[in-house]
Amino acid sequence: MVRITFNRQLCKGCGLCAEFCPRGIITRGEEFNAQGFLSFSAVPGGRCTGCGACALMCPEVAIEIIHPEETRGLAV
Amino acid sequence: MPGNFGRPQALTSNPFHYCPGCSHGIVHRLVAEVIDELGIGGRTVGVASVGCSVFSYNYFNVDMVQASHGRAPAVATGLKRSPAAPVVFTYQGDGDLAAIGTGETIHAAARGENITVIFINNANFGMTGGQMAPTTLPGQVTTTTPEGRNTAESGYPLRVCEMLSTVEGVAFLTRVTVHKPAMVLKARAAVKKAFQVQLAGGGFSLVEVLATCPTNWGQTPVDALRWLEENMIPAYPLGEFRSWEAS
Amino acid sequence: MKQLMKGNEAIGEGAVRAGCRCFFGYPITPQSELPHYLARRLPEAGGVFLQAESELAAINMVYGAAAAGGRVMTSSSGPGISLMQEGISYLAGAELPAVIVNVGRGGPGLGNIAPAQSDYFQAVRGGGHGDYHVPVLAPASVPEIITLMQDAFDLADQYRNPVMVLADGVLGQIMEPVDLGECTFAEAPPKPWATTGNEGRSRNIVNSLYIVPQELETHCLKLSAKYESIAEDHTRWESYETRDADLVVVAYGTSARIAKAAVNAARRRGIRAGLIRPVSLWPFPAGALQGAARHASAFLVVEMSLGQMVEDVRMALSGVRPVHFYGRTGGMLPEAGEILRHLTLLHEGVVSHAGKLWPAASADQ
Repeated sequence: MVRITFNRQLCKGCGLCAEFCPRGIITRGEEFNAQGFLSFSAVPGGRCTGCGACALMCPEVAIEIIHPEETRGLAV
Repeated sequence: MPGNFGRPQALTSNPFHYCPGCSHGIVHRLVAEVIDELGIGGRTVGVASVGCSVFSYNYFNVDMVQASHGRAPAVATGLKRSPAAPVVFTYQGDGDLAAIGTGETIHAAARGENITVIFINNANFGMTGGQMAPTTLPGQVTTTTPEGRNTAESGYPLRVCEMLSTVEGVAFLTRVTVHKPAMVLKARAAVKKAFQVQLAGGGFSLVEVLATCPTNWGQTPVDALRWLEENMIPAYPLGEFRSWEAS
Repeated sequence: MKQLMKGNEAIGEGAVRAGCRCFFGYPITPQSELPHYLARRLPEAGGVFLQAESELAAINMVYGAAAAGGRVMTSSSGPGISLMQEGISYLAGAELPAVIVNVGRGGPGLGNIAPAQSDYFQAVRGGGHGDYHVPVLAPASVPEIITLMQDAFDLADQYRNPVMVLADGVLGQIMEPVDLGECTFAEAPPKPWATTGNEGRSRNIVNSLYIVPQELETHCLKLSAKYESIAEDHTRWESYETRDADLVVVAYGTSARIAKAAVNAARRRGIRAGLIRPVSLWPFPAGALQGAARHASAFLVVEMSLGQMVEDVRMALSGVRPVHFYGRTGGMLPEAGEILRHLTLLHEGVVSHAGKLWPAASADQ
């Protein structure tokens, strides 16, 4: 199963990840991070394919994606 | 291709100071990923210009030199011509490269200087508060064109790639964007080729990246991507203006 | 073995022997023979010669090559040096060693290509922005050019600061016998701070941006400590016949050569005249003047300008003795006869107040 992590502190709430997630599983959180932004993250539930669209678009390098084995993730 | 995603080694751990949604952060990552992939971090020197990306010496995890406004290509020339002759790239905005630094840009290209220029075009002076830049579009509102850029008064946008395509010393010249995942991949390939041109001693390489500036455009980060697609791309056609193949 | 050498070429040869391996410059009279010479000589010595598209580009190429640790120089004349001022301020702020040669000409504006010393303020007061200084060395002969170029590169590396060599069109264009001796090349000291690619070490950053005010103040205080130590150890001048001098002429470069002739003529007339020739214009040799003031009754400053160094002389003496001035500008040279006439007037006590004796000053002024 793909492991995807969002660095809540680096996120500035720009929403580009959510805009381009083909599964629409990324949403804005409720509480502010230390910088005063509502950070984004993937809704848990395992529907992430690890396509990387969010990570490609993230201006803060805040999204890390680890595939269990080196499978080709991107299907954009 | 991007199976896994993590922080490139050629980026420091410093968080970016850029505004939410600013394309600078994406391009920083691409340059760092390419430096990692080509394994050249230990012999690369980056030249930071003056503008929003002036602090890039805090972000690129390589030897960095901070140049005065507009002069990065000249500083890069001095670095490249020195006995150390490192791999050299400049990272410049449109105010830096296409306004005050036009002379340095054209002549580094004319000399075929074996350096790589990463040129971020977001159609305004970002750092100093959204003033008109040479790349500002006709009718575009900026803090110094409050009624929209009036070409009768302040002239027309400079198309740097088209301009430099007339210069023989240029080995590789392309314009890309980072406003969609597929485009980010293309931009990454372009940055990689530009560095490969330099590594092969091919001469002057420049990658122009159309970029958003949500804060000074007065738009949300997502709307800014749309504005770029509808306004910047028609004014600044994408594609290669000088192709290069490893001989 | 002595050979006849042109001043501008001596600047180039002196630089190459001092280990300079990069020159970036732009054509401008009256220093053009220097780039001509280096265009051949530097590649011969394994160095790099590059003509830039402007003096703005040239000084920033110097900045880049200096950041990579090399011994680097540029040269120009007044108008070009004006364009380089921002770059020189950056060199000082980023603590980069480099040598900048100004072969001075008539100004302001386009002025002309004749020799002048009217760039003195720009050189010693730092023509760029911010709290910084540039040590300025002023040769008065072709042989001295060779030695001062070596000193300039050593000073620049020792203090990681730009250094200026200030000559003028006369010194650039005259030819004089020079004993070069056999050709040896000095080596630059190691520069672990240089940006050459951080293989095997932590990364280096060459930068002059300190966005936090407290950090910039701390940085400026560090720079000023350097300047104090330069002033302490590297203030240089030549004293000529000053031991018993009643009247002391103060002049540098070409003006000093002319003044020396006048001092000799005055001595022949029984006038106890002497000359103090600043070799470092910054740091200014105030001590030498204060020393001479113990026995001298008046000072006469001679410049190829309308009076700039005279202000430093007045500051150094702070009213202890009257300071007179005689100068020609616009490319005109001071005349030894005029200097002698002024010395004679001073000697006869006719001019007691601290006035400026204009070129055609009549006896009764």
